[in-house]
Amino acid sequence: MKYRSAFDIIGPVMIGPSSSHTAGAARIGRVARTLFGHQPKRAEIYLYGSFAKTYKGHGTDVAIVGGILDFDTFDERIPTSLKLADTAGMEVAFSVEEAVTDHPNTVRIKLFDDEKEMELVGISIGGGTIEIIELNSFELKLSGEHPAILVVHNDQFGVISSVTKILANHEINIGHMEVSRKEKGKMALMVIEVDQKIDQTLMDDISELLHVTQVIKMVD
Amino acid sequence: MMFKNVAEVVELAESKNVKIAEIMIQQEIDVTGLSREEVIAKMDRNLTVMEQAVERGLNGVTSVSGLTGGDAVLLQKYIQSGKALSGHTLLDAVSKAVATNEVNAAMGTICATPTAGSAGVVPGTLFAVKEVLNPTREEMIEFLFTSAAFGFVVANNASISGAAGGCQAEVGSASGMAAAAITEMAGGTPTQSAHAMAITLKNMLGLVCDPVAGLVEVPCVKRNAMGASNAMTAADMALAGITSRIPCDEVIDAMYKIGLTMPSALRETAEGGLAATPTGRRLEAEIFGKQS
Repeated sequence: MKYRSAFDIIGPVMIGPSSSHTAGAARIGRVARTLFGHQPKRAEIYLYGSFAKTYKGHGTDVAIVGGILDFDTFDERIPTSLKLADTAGMEVAFSVEEAVTDHPNTVRIKLFDDEKEMELVGISIGGGTIEIIELNSFELKLSGEHPAILVVHNDQFGVISSVTKILANHEINIGHMEVSRKEKGKMALMVIEVDQKIDQTLMDDISELLHVTQVIKMVD
Repeated sequence: MMFKNVAEVVELAESKNVKIAEIMIQQEIDVTGLSREEVIAKMDRNLTVMEQAVERGLNGVTSVSGLTGGDAVLLQKYIQSGKALSGHTLLDAVSKAVATNEVNAAMGTICATPTAGSAGVVPGTLFAVKEVLNPTREEMIEFLFTSAAFGFVVANNASISGAAGGCQAEVGSASGMAAAAITEMAGGTPTQSAHAMAITLKNMLGLVCDPVAGLVEVPCVKRNAMGASNAMTAADMALAGITSRIPCDEVIDAMYKIGLTMPSALRETAEGGLAATPTGRRLEAEIFGKQS
């Protein structure tokens, strides 16, 4: 079933005017912020399809930037987020793209600071529900609604079972899991949505595994 | 175990002799692992947001584009003049639905029910019916859970997205949800709630999503007005003992199939319908000319 909760129907509480173009956009921005780990110094935002055509009227731009500033869908600072980003020392650049994407409501977000950069593609599928479909050019499917662990690792045998064994030891149940790689034997990504809270010792245990290069936590 | 359709949720409620709201609350507890108190408190917060949005809209707001705002105020003044033809409660529901959507268009805070574009119908009818039935706070929260139960079935078996299924999926769904909840709050049976939803939805089948300039304003605000009116009428019909010849689940399925055959120009692309009228195009040019 696509929708599981009464609050998917009665909710979210949000700043108008559009659940897909405003609330969904803010959620994509916020997931990007969470995956980046902290406030970036620079954000590049590329809008596609309906997002590109109607972003001004829907406040899609301020919603995404609000999300990157870690504002929730109902945060009344969303309408003034561009000014707040400036005050917070976050540079923002928008680009309206002509390219046709699979989903009409698509955004590509690139976040930067002095040490690193991250690139993500999100789609807003209706009623404020979103999916992250690409991260650092890995294809994936992430709703942002459940706690999740993202593991970047070398594409070697045994890494997946080592990770799932740690989850089992911590009594964590996997709700959804997928793996993808750019090229055989090179860099790969595991996306694991779980039912329980993820604590730091679990993160540390996974980080220490051979062939694991990065571990990211979604929702605490 | 989650209910899959309206027939199942009605059967569950009637066999246990409880409200549909109770079935939804129980399912929420099962699915999320939250306690009953937490689930109720969460909905209470949504109810507060709805109350504040209605209040704000009744005081008058204007959208960023200038296309919408102020109609809830006009309607309340007209009701108070005593000249209204269609009755106080009906027009009160309409004005409160409009109030919510005007706040939404003005980038105010609302609760999506099931979407932002259709956020007026459920609270609009709730706060109008409240004046007549004097429900407790808990009963108002139950109204929202009953709405959620019917919306949940539509979302999983059809769609609640205008881009996927047209306005019938948004305001249509919202109106059906509201009709079912009004019926329950007024003392109707779960079966009567299902008939109210079916009657409402049948009369919104085929409704397209054609927003002028792609904004959630024209005709969305007035579609919420008519959705509220439709829901009130259908609830009264069901409470009078009138039944839908086509069962609610089959109406939902019909809505889904109609959505699938609806051309893209009429599914939230601002390419057809009212968006493509000469006036719609002129407004679009004025707004984006003004904003860019």
